[in-house]
Amino acid sequence: MSGHESTYKPASGFTRWLDDRLPIVRLAHDSFVDFPTPKNLNYWYTFGGILAVCLAIQIITGVVLAMHYTPTVDEGFASVERIMRDVPYGWLLRYVHANGASFFFLAVYIHMFRGLYYGSYKAPREVLWLLGCIIFFLMIATAFLGYMLPWGQMSYHGANVITGLIGALPIIGEPIQTWLMGGPSIGNATLQRFFSLHYLLPFMIAGVVILHIWALHVPGNNNPTGVEVKEVKKDTVPFHPYYTVKDGFAIVVFLIVFAIFVFYMPTVLGHADNYIEANPLVTPAHIVPEWYLLPFYAILRAITFDIGPIDAKLLGVIAMFASIAVLFMVPWLDTSKVKSMRYRPVAKQFFFGFVACSLLLGWCGAVNPDDPVIPLGEDKLLVSYTDANGFVATAEFDAYEEAVAEVESLPADSGASISVQKAPAFRFVHLAQILTVYYFAYFLVILPLLGLREKPKNEPESIHKSVLGGHKSSDAALAPAE
Amino acid sequence: MSILRIIAAGATAAALAGSAFAAGGGAHPHGPAEGFPFESPLGKFEKDSVQRGYQVYKEVCASCHGMKLLSYRNLGEKGGPFYDPEYPNANDNPLVKALAAENEILDPVPNEFGEYDFRPARPSDPFRSPYANDAMAATANGGAIPPDLSVITKARHGGANYLYSLMTGYPSQEAISYETSPEGEFLTVIDPSLVRSSGIYAEGAGGHGDVGRLIQPLGQYYNPYMPGDTTAQYEGDPRHPPKGGFLAMPPQLTDGRVTYLDGTEATVSQMAYDVAQFLAWAGEPKQQNRKSLGLATIAYLVFFALLLWFSYKRIWRKVEH
Ligand code: HEC
Ligand code: HEM
Repeated sequence: MSGHESTYKPASGFTRWLDDRLPIVRLAHDSFVDFPTPKNLNYWYTFGGILAVCLAIQIITGVVLAMHYTPTVDEGFASVERIMRDVPYGWLLRYVHANGASFFFLAVYIHMFRGLYYGSYKAPREVLWLLGCIIFFLMIATAFLGYMLPWGQMSYHGANVITGLIGALPIIGEPIQTWLMGGPSIGNATLQRFFSLHYLLPFMIAGVVILHIWALHVPGNNNPTGVEVKEVKKDTVPFHPYYTVKDGFAIVVFLIVFAIFVFYMPTVLGHADNYIEANPLVTPAHIVPEWYLLPFYAILRAITFDIGPIDAKLLGVIAMFASIAVLFMVPWLDTSKVKSMRYRPVAKQFFFGFVACSLLLGWCGAVNPDDPVIPLGEDKLLVSYTDANGFVATAEFDAYEEAVAEVESLPADSGASISVQKAPAFRFVHLAQILTVYYFAYFLVILPLLGLREKPKNEPESIHKSVLGGHKSSDAALAPAE
Repeated sequence: MSILRIIAAGATAAALAGSAFAAGGGAHPHGPAEGFPFESPLGKFEKDSVQRGYQVYKEVCASCHGMKLLSYRNLGEKGGPFYDPEYPNANDNPLVKALAAENEILDPVPNEFGEYDFRPARPSDPFRSPYANDAMAATANGGAIPPDLSVITKARHGGANYLYSLMTGYPSQEAISYETSPEGEFLTVIDPSLVRSSGIYAEGAGGHGDVGRLIQPLGQYYNPYMPGDTTAQYEGDPRHPPKGGFLAMPPQLTDGRVTYLDGTEATVSQMAYDVAQFLAWAGEPKQQNRKSLGLATIAYLVFFALLLWFSYKRIWRKVEH
C-alpha cells in the first residue's frame, strides 16, 4: 500500500549513493519485499504471479524464435519447421511458445474469474481492473497475430475470416481491413506486418503490466473476504517471504502441468490443419480459432438474424466486440456494496452459472453450429415426384425399403427421387444463442439489479478476525458450501 | 484441492480443443493391433521398422510424394534410422552417402558453363522431389496433387494411426464389382458391407438391411478412413451413407510390393506399419529428445515444488491464515 512507510535501509555505500539519485532499489523493496499483503490470500491469488511468468516466457522464447523465423509466404512455414528440426532446441522453443500462449490464456481466464468472484473490480480498484481488461484485449490481438506466423492452413483461413469481420464494420471497416492486410487480400505484406505487430504488442503488454502493478500497489490487494485491510499489523504479512514462497510454489506446480503439455502432448491444443502449408485455394472443412477464443467465436456465430437495417454478420461482429467491451464496464455495472461473493449467496449461484456459460460457449464455438444438441425426432425420407397432373408431390417415409418401393411403384417419367428430411432439433446455434443472452444478461441485468435487491450475509469485521478460530482452509474458498 | 481444480480446468481446455477436432467424415483410425512403440510417453521409435519404412517410401511413395523438409543427412543424424555413432556428422556416414547417391537430382548450382546438370544427391541435399512443380504433379495424378509427406502425421487427425488405416483400409477385391450402367457407362461398384473395416457406418445404421452400394467415380478410390462425404455416390439410405471418402491415390500396397533388405515378410500391414512409423519419425525427428528431456524437466520441477511446499509450510507455520 502506498500509504505505508518505506522500510528500506540501503546497506552499502553504493546503494546509499544510488538511493539518493534513483531510488529504484527502494521501489523494488517496497513493492516486492516489504509490501504488506493480506494474510488470507488463497491459491486463486497466485495467478497474477503466474501470468507474469507466462509473459516472460513468451517474450524470451519469442525473441529467440524471431532470430530464426522468416516472415514471407514462401519461407514462413518451412522456416518454422527448420526451427523444429535444425535449430538446437528449436523444437523446445517453438513448443514452449505455442503452448505458452494457451497456458497464458488459461491463467488469465482463471485470474479474471477470480476477480469477478471476489469483487476485485470495485472501488478503489476500478483502474486496476480496466488495465487488466486492456491487457486481455492486447493478448487476444497478440495471439491472433502470432497464430498467423507459422503460415499453415488455419493461420491463413482464420486470419481471412477475422479480417473479413473487421471489414464488415460500416465506414471504418474496409479502410482498417485494407490497412491490416497491407493490400486487397492476405499475402506477403500481411504476414510481414503481422510479424512486426506480433513483436511489438507483447512489449506494450509489459508496459501495461507495470501500470497494472502500480495500480495494485496503491490500494493494495483485495482478498477473499473483500474486507479492506484495517490494521496493517494484524491483517497483513510482508510480501517476502510469505507470498514469494506461496506464489513460487504455485508457479512451479503450474509449470509442471505446462511441461506435461510441452513434452508429452505438444500438439493437442493446436489444430492439425496448421501443419498443412497455407493454400488460399483450398479452404479447410472447419475453420476454428484456437481454443481460447472459441467462446467469442460462438457469440459471433450465434447471431443468425438481421435486426432492422443491420445484417446478421455485422450484428455478430458487434456482439463479439461487445462481449469484451462489457468487461470494461463491470465496475460500474455491479451495484452491490459487498465485494466478495462469499457473502452474496444469490450472486454466487449466478456467478457459477456464468462460468458454466463461458465453458459451454467454448464448446459451441468448437462444433458445427447446425449439429443437434438434442434431436427432436428422427430424420425422415422424402420421396418427391411429379404426379399425373404435373404437380410436384411428396410423400414421407421412415424406412428406406418403403421409400424405394414407393419410387418403384411410380411411373418412370415421374422423376421420383429420395431426399432426407432433417428432423427438427435443438441445435448448437440455439444453445449458443441462449448462452449469449445469459452472458450479456449477467453483466447488464443480473449484476446491476441483484446488487440492489440481494440480502448479503454478514461480512467479517476484519481480515484477521476472519482467519481466527481454526485453520480455515483458504484453499477451499471457492467451494460452494461456504 | 485448488490445484486439482486448476488441472481440471486445464483438462477442460484440452477437451474443448479436442472437440474441435471431432469433425470430419472418416471412420475412426485404428492403429496396428499392438500399437506403435513410440506412442507411449517414454516410447521410442523402432529403428529397424523406420529403416524399412524408408525403403517403402523410397520404392513406392517417392514416385509421387516429395518430402521437402527432409535432407538425406537427417537419416543419419542422432535418432535417425541410419545413425551410426562412428559418424557423428551424418554427412560423413558412408551408408547415408550411398542412400543419397541413389537419387539423381538437378544440381541447384550451375556448372562452369552456366548450365544445370543432373548429379547423384549428397547427404546435404533435400529429398528429391518427384515433380518439378504442382502443375506437373496434378497433371500426372488426374488433377490431384500428392501432398508433401514431411509432416503428414502431424497434419492429419490420428497421425500414424491414420496413415496405417488409410494404407490398409482400401476395400479388398471381394467388395468391388464392375458393371455397365444402362447408359453404357463402365461402373466400379463397392459393397460397403464387405469392406473389412469396422465402424464405417454411423451408429445405429448398417446391418439393418439398409446397406447400399457405392459407385466409385472414375480416377477416384474409396477409402473408409479418408475424411469426406460419400452421400452423392451412395445408392442406399441417404441418412446413413458409409463413412469415408474418395481420393485420387489408388491402393499402393500389395503383399510383396517391396523386398525388404532385412528379410522381413512384406505383408500389406507390415509395410503400412513401417511406412507410418517412418513418416512419424520424419514428422518430428526430435521426438525422442523431447520425451527424455521432458522426464528430466518434470522430475526437477516436482523436486523443486516439494522444496517450496515445505518452505511454505515452515514460513507460514506461525501465521493464522
Ligand atoms: C501414383 C502416385 C502415388 C503413389 C505411388 C503414392 N501416392 Fe499417396 N497420394 C497420391 C495422390 C494423387 C494423393 C492425393 C489424393 C487426393 O487428394 O485425392 C495422395 C494422397 C496421399 C495421402 C493424403 C491423404 C489425405 O488424408 O489427404 C497420404 C497420407 C498418402 N498419399 C500416403 C502415401 C504413401 C504412404 C505412399 C507410399 C506407400 C503413397 N501415398 C504413394 C498419389 C500417390
Ligand atoms: C503476449 C505474448 C505472446 C503471445 C500470447 C504469443 C502468441 C503466439 C502464438 C499463438 C503463436 C503461434 C504458435 C504456433 O502455433 O506455432 C506465436 C508465434 C510466434 N511468435 Fe509469439 N506470442 C507472444 C510473444 C512473442 C514475442 C515477444 C515475440 C518476438 C519478439 C514472438 C515471436 C513469435 C514468432 C517468431 C512466432 C512464429 C514461430 C512459431 O509459430 O512458433 N512472440 N506467438
